[in-house]
Amino acid sequence: MNARRSYLRFELIRTVRNRRVLIFSLVFPILIYLIIAAPNKGENNVSGTGISVPLYFMIGLAGFGTINAVLSSGSRIAAERSVGWNRQLRITPLTTREYFRAKIASSYLLAVVSLLALYVAGAAMGVRLPADRWIHMTWLILLGLIPFAALGILLGHLLTADSIGPAIGGTTALFAFLGGSWFPITGGGFIEHLAKLLPSYWVVQASRAGLGAPHPWTSEGWAVIAVWSVVLIALARRAYQRDTKRV
Amino acid sequence: MAAGDSIQLQGLAKSFKTPTGPVHAVQGIDVAIERGQTVALLGPNGAGKSTTIDMLLGLLPPDAGSATIFGRTPGEAVAAGAIGAMLQGGAVIREVTVRELMSMMAALYPNALDVDEVIDLVGLSDIAERRTEKLSGGQTQRVRFAVALVCDPELLVLDEPTVAMDVEGRRAFWTTMRDFTSRGKTVLFATHYLEEADDYADRAVLMAAGRVVADGPTTEIKARVGSRMIRATLPGIAAASLAALPGVTSAERRGEGVVLRCADSDSAIRALLQAYPAARDLEIAGADLEDAFVELTSAPSSDGPPAR
Repeated sequence: MNARRSYLRFELIRTVRNRRVLIFSLVFPILIYLIIAAPNKGENNVSGTGISVPLYFMIGLAGFGTINAVLSSGSRIAAERSVGWNRQLRITPLTTREYFRAKIASSYLLAVVSLLALYVAGAAMGVRLPADRWIHMTWLILLGLIPFAALGILLGHLLTADSIGPAIGGTTALFAFLGGSWFPITGGGFIEHLAKLLPSYWVVQASRAGLGAPHPWTSEGWAVIAVWSVVLIALARRAYQRDTKRV
Repeated sequence: MAAGDSIQLQGLAKSFKTPTGPVHAVQGIDVAIERGQTVALLGPNGAGKSTTIDMLLGLLPPDAGSATIFGRTPGEAVAAGAIGAMLQGGAVIREVTVRELMSMMAALYPNALDVDEVIDLVGLSDIAERRTEKLSGGQTQRVRFAVALVCDPELLVLDEPTVAMDVEGRRAFWTTMRDFTSRGKTVLFATHYLEEADDYADRAVLMAAGRVVADGPTTEIKARVGSRMIRATLPGIAAASLAALPGVTSAERRGEGVVLRCADSDSAIRALLQAYPAARDLEIAGADLEDAFVELTSAPSSDGPPAR
């Protein structure tokens, strides 16, 4: 087996075996969803929007859950560094590109599984969407997660195992809040302008494709995701390459 | 010796910034190691051994000087899979079995050894299917050793490899090492045990406070730092008269006891018993390496506190 695939497979195996990560990035969002949506699942018109409760909250939580899932790679990286694994890996021929590929793939594995779990929970509560909406929503969300996958790696290489938990929790909460994951950001004020510059806003917009929005991302949305992706990948790369000291 | 067939550290230096001022961890060292040699990097904590090793492996850019490994830069040697290393730090990655870890590592290298052969060599066959987080300290050390060996390295670097091992584990470790190095490998290992250097290395490089203070065959080094101490219970005799005994370099009184530091402990103990038959509770021990280093390095004034 070649080096790249072997390391990729290794990371994926480790990802699915990590119970803590599975519980917090998969079970937790589902649990929140069930707690919020299940008691009112018969309600078909949330705040006059014409949207059912299960669909409304499934859309709302999709962004939060997947951002949480991809960022969790940071805490795993910090834990690996604390036992010196990162340094051990650095004296092998594994390249930066191969490392990033495996880390991003394992982040996405968690994101996809958490998204599917949410869809299943939604469907179980009666959410029915045309196939093209499911697909449109899913691929736009996954695209919007690129900056967060890079951010997870960046934080993992900058912070220690002790400090990364609160840092990731705080980052997720801040991005989700300012991105409109918890309540819609409207009104055209300063907060909305700020929100539109954040990738989380567009992840939340992406999930609105599930409501039938034909073009949930404006050109501004594409540009915001592209810029954040490029910048965060470059920063993560630099952080990884510099991170060779004893921790 | 040809540059392509040796490891060369030339003028290697590294300082770290700390809140209390710069720490000069390594202060310009020159070391050359021929292919096939086993060299001990010997020194107390803070001598600069780990910093030197980090620069040799390309994990730390030197402030000055260079490291070359068989004619290549550290980065090139690493990319070619020529170096296996057991770094300082106690654990291995979790959530995988020993065999999964070894297989993945082996796949990263162009000329890796057979995984089962390595697992067998380090005595991990019984626990190859066990998860790494369930291993004991000694087993973990063996896994780390196996990780260093699996690439069939030209250069094997071990940073205090036996630090967490008991006596039995230490002996088993060095037996395995010997098997491996008999294949003509070049080995550099850091230790603060003089006996390990003496027993397993062809040559020792002594570091203290970021400098090489001695470099030569281990027997020579041992003669220089390996002074012995005699302890005895002997009340009423002045330290000065004990220091005058043949073979004794200095004497110190501690209550009823005396401590004699000896260049030649054989002559010293004969002279001691002849002159003072009342001496009892005799004890001869190798001098503490840290003490020996203090002696070796106390002459030149150091221009900064030592670091790791």
